[in-house]
Amino acid sequence: MEPPNFSAHWPAWIMVLPLVGALLAFTVPRYKSLIGLITAIGVLLLGVALTQQVLAEGPQRYAIGGWRAPLGIEFYVDGLSALMLLLAALVGVFTSLYGAAYFGSKENPHYAHERAYFWPLWLFLWAALNGLFLTADIFNAYVTLELIGLASVGLVGLSGQAAALGAAMRYLLVSLLGSLFYLLGVGLLYAGYHTVDMVSLGQAIQAGPLPRAALTLMGVGLLLKTALFPLHFWLPPAHADAPTPVSSILSALVVKATFYLLLRLWFIVFPDATTAAAANLLGLLGAFAILWGSIQALQTQRLKLLVAYSTVAQLGYLFLVFPLTQETATAFTAWSGGLYHALAHGLAKGGMFLAAGTVLYALQHDRIQDLNGISQHLPVTLFAFGLAGVSLMGLPPSGGFLAKWSLLTAAIASHQWGWAFIIVLGGLLASGYVFRVLARAFAQVPSTANYRPVPWFMEWSALLLALMAVALGLIAQTPLTLIGIGAPVPDKELLL
Amino acid sequence: MNWSFWLPLLILLSSLVPGIAIFFLPQYAHRARTTLNMAAATLKLLLVAFLVWGVFHQQHYETRLSLLPEIDLLFRVDTLSVLLVVLSSVLWFFTTLYAVGYLEGSPHRSRFFGFFSLCVSASAGIALAGNLLTFFIFYEMLTLSTYPLVIHRGTKKALRAGKIYLGYTLAGGVLFLVGMAWLRTLVGPLSFIQGGLLANAPPVDSQTLTIIFALLIAGVGVKAALVPLHGWLPHAMVAPAPVSALLHAVAVVKAGAFGIVRIVDNVFGIEFVASLGLAAPLAWVASFTIVYGSIRALFQDDLKRRLAYSTISQVSYIALGAAILNPVATIGAMAHLVHQGLMKITLFFCAGNLAETLGIHRISEMAGVGRRMPWTMTAFTLGALGMIGVPPLAGFISKWYLGSGAVLAGEEWVLVILALSSLLNAAYFLPILYIAWFKPQENPWPEEVSHGRFETAWMLLLPPLVTATMVLAAGLLAHVPFSPAEWARLIAVREYHHPL
Repeated sequence: MEPPNFSAHWPAWIMVLPLVGALLAFTVPRYKSLIGLITAIGVLLLGVALTQQVLAEGPQRYAIGGWRAPLGIEFYVDGLSALMLLLAALVGVFTSLYGAAYFGSKENPHYAHERAYFWPLWLFLWAALNGLFLTADIFNAYVTLELIGLASVGLVGLSGQAAALGAAMRYLLVSLLGSLFYLLGVGLLYAGYHTVDMVSLGQAIQAGPLPRAALTLMGVGLLLKTALFPLHFWLPPAHADAPTPVSSILSALVVKATFYLLLRLWFIVFPDATTAAAANLLGLLGAFAILWGSIQALQTQRLKLLVAYSTVAQLGYLFLVFPLTQETATAFTAWSGGLYHALAHGLAKGGMFLAAGTVLYALQHDRIQDLNGISQHLPVTLFAFGLAGVSLMGLPPSGGFLAKWSLLTAAIASHQWGWAFIIVLGGLLASGYVFRVLARAFAQVPSTANYRPVPWFMEWSALLLALMAVALGLIAQTPLTLIGIGAPVPDKELLL
Repeated sequence: MNWSFWLPLLILLSSLVPGIAIFFLPQYAHRARTTLNMAAATLKLLLVAFLVWGVFHQQHYETRLSLLPEIDLLFRVDTLSVLLVVLSSVLWFFTTLYAVGYLEGSPHRSRFFGFFSLCVSASAGIALAGNLLTFFIFYEMLTLSTYPLVIHRGTKKALRAGKIYLGYTLAGGVLFLVGMAWLRTLVGPLSFIQGGLLANAPPVDSQTLTIIFALLIAGVGVKAALVPLHGWLPHAMVAPAPVSALLHAVAVVKAGAFGIVRIVDNVFGIEFVASLGLAAPLAWVASFTIVYGSIRALFQDDLKRRLAYSTISQVSYIALGAAILNPVATIGAMAHLVHQGLMKITLFFCAGNLAETLGIHRISEMAGVGRRMPWTMTAFTLGALGMIGVPPLAGFISKWYLGSGAVLAGEEWVLVILALSSLLNAAYFLPILYIAWFKPQENPWPEEVSHGRFETAWMLLLPPLVTATMVLAAGLLAHVPFSPAEWARLIAVREYHHPL
């Protein structure tokens, strides 16, 4: 008998482990934080191992229980999946650390159910996210989408307060509507091609009315869930009113999950049915998102809402991938830039939300106009906010810089000046809203505010995430190699 | 140990690591912070001295850290790098001493000195950068680390100045980024090469190159305060005096001027700039800035604002010298990079002393100050006369080379600009000297602080005296090896392949 080959089952484990963690945290509530943290570290280790495997051996196909498609469920891991799994693992670990301090703190009068249900819901959400990043068929993707949606709604409404419940309700309706659209598309495709496997569908689909209709339905559903302008209306309240660890997870990961699925559909399932007009439309909406989200962030009165609007803006950059990959010569550069942006933004935004939440926690309010002088009391948190800001603004040597640099070179090299203009303008607008906060923080006023002591775990989790976002600019070799593995665009040299 | 690899990196780290450490020191750890600051500044001086010796003897220093295939963080030391890195490390030493005395007892000193050290690291990075990307990384780091210094006082006025400063510099950074990315897609990796990178690059149409040149020059021109990109500079005056000294003499405007020289000499190359016809417009902008800054300076009563407009004017000498495209003018530009730093830092130190000791901020309040603070005013006088270009002070040497270079290049009109500017310099500096030395005191000093034995605290007095002596020495000893002017000659020789 052959020795058991553990490494072959890592794709399954990375989904099963958080699921087990969720069940345990639910059934043994006494040790929920400990269970959560151990699970988080386990998932990170699995993520790193799986990434190594993809780097060494290329894309992996994995059939759960040995049953291949079309009967069984298949997983597919390429560079893109590994990258998203790793992003979820990194943000997940630090958010879990933060969450343990946040929900464990005696200073913070949390509602009993808020303490009790955070861990099971979050670990469940994590399992669903990992499932989505791994799945190789569009129907299982639907299942994971629903699970992600339901768990997220539960997390948003965790505090049970009126604002949170309102936001959660809106989120629930949007999420269900989005999934419904998506499911209609899946139904059409299944009726037309009798398979739900992404690769087989991609081979079968030609341009025509049926795939067009399916793509439109699925696209609208996913755009709604990704909160692309003008479908972003539900995002700011949901992300801002949730408890801080939840805000970080939603902004850094959950909206990326639906974007990930959209990429898969666009490049694997529908490459022959997409049109330049559709790609330009997505890019245009992305450009509007950058402008609109930034303008809102420049005007809003609350810190967490500012960070949420920044997410609306930064998501816009992701959609520039669609028009910029049309030119064969620059497609790979644009693809790398877009995915690097997803990665850098995830880390930076995770860090920034945690930092903003720490400010809220310490001051018990987050009105921007009353943040004067907080850098004296929360220097580490402010430093984290600033560093995350460096990456969001796209200043060197951060990951955000590298992402914008790639998108910019792709735009310039293919003479698409409009997109180039939007890319740099977005950076300037981002600096506007980031420094709006930092200037307040440095202002000198006699402070009468009462500061609630902050567990150092919370401050440092935010800082470490922000540091990683910056470090991405210095250790870009490995992430970029990963992005290239199995990339569904013409594999040309990177024009960096 | 492989010095040629490690030395540039060590020079960077010698201010970066202490800077980060200082952030973590508690406010009351005054002695530890000062010791750390001064030890780091001394270490950096020693390392830089070692570097100068090596470069003079044709030793090649290069640190290459690969970020990505074909994208390196590259530090390469040439004669031009040495000029800025020496200037910044020498003046850092004295500015730190000055700042310790100046900020005694004021809040947020750990934050201040932390960002101060980061700022100096950024200017060392700019000096040692071996390609455009590395230059850009440190250029933006400089923006970020000077911002907290500009708004250090935290007042409404300071915050507004910070906002204006950021608006200008970040917009400049974006223009630079676009120019750099564009050039990258056309010619590949952007290393600084003696004689110019584009001289050996695949041909690109001249219209595109002209636009890229304009983008890059506008990007660095913001920091160099070329008119009309100078608007941030007078506002930034609200910063504490050591910061103004740093901004005007060492870090920010120098980074801009240095960038112009790099782009003209090492990216486009002198001959290429000439063949594209780009030198003349740059020279016009610089000339206009020289005259404009001087005229605005005439009408300022606030001492620091007058000095600020004077900076706008004087820094453009460097751009002008680089744009004349003649080896002798290049010597003038390079020498002025150092000379202006020495003179301007002296003037700002002195202005800070007047404000700290007597509460004087305006020129109209300066009557009789020469009698009360003779040492400070002697230093100020040396700096001011140097700016006017009185021989044998440093400023005379730069103007002499600039003028001769212009004549050799057949650009006699530059002489008119130089003469006009010197006249205006005299018109706004001499009245200050007259009021300070010859007018009797009329009113009591606004806020006098007594310092016992000396006219002011020794830590505030020593730095301007030393830098004023350097102003004198740089002029008198201009032909001694290792003087700024001689070093500038070495640069010009290597750049033009032409014995001088």
